[in-house]
Amino acid sequence: MGSHFNRRLAQVVPTILLVSILVFGLQQLMPGDPALVLAGETPDPQVIAQIRTELWLDRPLPIQYLHWIGNVLQGNLGFSWRIREPVAQLILTKLPVTAQLAVMAFVIAVMIGVPAGVLSAVKRNTVFDYAASAIGLAGLSTPNFWLGIMLILLVSVQLGWLPPSGYVPLTEDWRQSLATTIMPAFVLGNAIAAVLMRHTRSAMLTAMGQDYVRTARAKGLRERIVVIHHALRNALVPVVTLGALELGTLLSGAVLTEQVFSIPGFGKMIVDAVFNRDYPVVQGVVLVTATVYILLNLLADALYVLINPRMRAT
Amino acid sequence: MRRLLLAAAAAVSFTAPAFAQDAPTQTLRIALRQDPDLLDPTLARTYVGRIVFMGLCDKLFDINEKLEILPQLAAGYEWTDSKTLVLKLRPNVQFQDGAPMDAAAVKYSLERHLTMQGSSRRGEISAIEHVDVVDPTTVRVALKTPYSPLLAALTDRAGMIVSPKAAEAAGKDFALHPVCAGPFKFTERVAQDRIVLDRFPGYWNAGAIHFARVIYQPIVDSSVRLANLEAGSVDMVEYILPTDANAVKSNPKLRLVLSNNLGYDSININVGHGARATMPFGRDARVRKAFELSIDRTALIQVLYNGLYEPTAQAVSQDSPFYAENVQPPARDVAKAKALLAEAGVKTPLAVTLIVENSPIAKQLGEVLQSMSAEAGFDTKIQQMEFASSLDVAERGDFEAYNVGWSGRPDPDGNLWNFLHTGAPLNYPGYSNPDVDKWLDEARQVTDIGQRRDLYAKVAAQTETDLPIMYLDVPKNIVGMSAKVSGFVPVPDGMIRLTGLTMAP
Repeated sequence: MGSHFNRRLAQVVPTILLVSILVFGLQQLMPGDPALVLAGETPDPQVIAQIRTELWLDRPLPIQYLHWIGNVLQGNLGFSWRIREPVAQLILTKLPVTAQLAVMAFVIAVMIGVPAGVLSAVKRNTVFDYAASAIGLAGLSTPNFWLGIMLILLVSVQLGWLPPSGYVPLTEDWRQSLATTIMPAFVLGNAIAAVLMRHTRSAMLTAMGQDYVRTARAKGLRERIVVIHHALRNALVPVVTLGALELGTLLSGAVLTEQVFSIPGFGKMIVDAVFNRDYPVVQGVVLVTATVYILLNLLADALYVLINPRMRAT
Repeated sequence: MRRLLLAAAAAVSFTAPAFAQDAPTQTLRIALRQDPDLLDPTLARTYVGRIVFMGLCDKLFDINEKLEILPQLAAGYEWTDSKTLVLKLRPNVQFQDGAPMDAAAVKYSLERHLTMQGSSRRGEISAIEHVDVVDPTTVRVALKTPYSPLLAALTDRAGMIVSPKAAEAAGKDFALHPVCAGPFKFTERVAQDRIVLDRFPGYWNAGAIHFARVIYQPIVDSSVRLANLEAGSVDMVEYILPTDANAVKSNPKLRLVLSNNLGYDSININVGHGARATMPFGRDARVRKAFELSIDRTALIQVLYNGLYEPTAQAVSQDSPFYAENVQPPARDVAKAKALLAEAGVKTPLAVTLIVENSPIAKQLGEVLQSMSAEAGFDTKIQQMEFASSLDVAERGDFEAYNVGWSGRPDPDGNLWNFLHTGAPLNYPGYSNPDVDKWLDEARQVTDIGQRRDLYAKVAAQTETDLPIMYLDVPKNIVGMSAKVSGFVPVPDGMIRLTGLTMAP
């Protein structure tokens, strides 16, 4: 591997350390005293003092940080102050839930967005094109939580087709699992479908005007073949890049969607942890997320190096 | 060997049919408004957690719908003198791990509440000096000073008895697999998703339990909670928003059960807690009275709570024998409010900053108060704050007026002492009145209901004059359930007791 990659690799550890300091520091800026929140309805001063001592909240910040990061380096992310479960275990149970939701949402987004984009490009300036644009705009501007509640009222309460909220793991009962996640996945995927639709449409319009499309048509190929095999293939390249970027949107969108549908995923966990000032959970989740992002970036760099030989030598 | 086999066969034939006949198979699903915290009675701090404990952990005493104290794990009690309480325990009671629930276990649990690090129970029973085992079913509790709210404290988490064996083995991690003497034993918890309890066949009152399993599901969004009830995905919802009450009432498949809550909603006013107490609002009781006179509680309740809550001007529930009849919320009187402001010599409009939680309903409350008080000459500014931040601000005294509620306790002491006694932990207003302190302390020491009632009446009258806390309304416990569920007894503490509950198939 080239020196470029080695340089990136060398940056990983300092970056993660920096993130850990940032997470730890930012959290201290949040107003509110975790010991007070934990003491709940009966904030006996002696109890608050005990909580502070037990959780190291009475030590100087740098010491608290070193205590935490020391444990993290030994593979111990600590335990949730609110429910005492180990943070690592919480993350391991929540991550697959959100991943399933994100994958399903993404599949739904692609299944709606790409065909709609292609059709509206091919049938440009027809009723279909305008309708698709209008629906796309509506999808983009509908708030997740509103759409979620409306869907629950319609599909679950009125029609009784799907459970209104909750979650069943895939491994336990895949039918029930799909039934509980299809609505939230649709809500989550719908906004991304709109974005994908708009981009597919413009990429297709560009592609349809290219010489190779004219050539293909001149060869006498059927229009279907021209659109799917020639134009779409080329148009998809920027769309795929965009789709990958939207994965981040999916994760942040999951925060709201999980709240509405009571899905015990990553997003719901971090929201509850922030509100309850459950610092170890907030720290653990952010640190793990950041590490995953950094590692994925590293992977992308490795792929660049493999694809582009010019980056090997420098 | 043969005899042993025979005995075993006899035992099987004796118990098996009865078991097959009785063992319930249904599952009850209950939606909670929030995910509970630690499932350890000593450390637990949330209201919704108490609802789960109703299935998991029996208490020495319980309360009924009339707020009377009834024995639960205790079979009876006697005050041998004002500082000694003798508890007679129910015999042959088992913990969910099979260990006996006896006097030693009661001693262990009470001492655990008193001494465990971070215990939230210590303050509730700190009057206890020591606990002695007299015999396996008798416990003697010696107090440092007479303390009449003790029995009421033992009707809540402080009265929950845990299995000493399990608690010793688990230490701080007891909350991950609690073992008590309640009707259901802990099976599983998935944070933010569900808490699953399964029927404990060895429960002392097992005949009154008609479910095989209870699942508690936190569903934070109130409309989603309602939707789950409507769709039949849950059987009970512990709290329905007042504005959703009609939707439940008009649905033939559902039932709504209302009861008065033990708590209240209020405005805490900074009267002596740091620099912000020196504003006219905190300095002069006439200004606070003017604000109160500008409020129409009935209209406020109509707008915000669908007319379901009750107006109040005191901390004690109207269901309680200690309710002070002499203190009633004043009717709205803008002219008098203006006169009081003039008398106090403040320049109007007088700016007052009111902190409310950042929920839609709290914001609406702020807006209603804003427009009502404006007519009397107040310029009420609303500052919305997330709950944890508002607690911090209240604790530091960095507020002028703070809207906060209290879930309530069966004994009036639990609604008053911590909030109004000089230096008490929840006395955010920084209120200090030697008379009130004296009355509150005295009421803890006398056991006669009449005497206590008189003392609490004096406290209510005095604080309604001083107004460190402006009580607004008493919420209702609004429990929604499937029409198939029957046997639910609404108790003002808002808990869902599982004993006697049944569900048609």
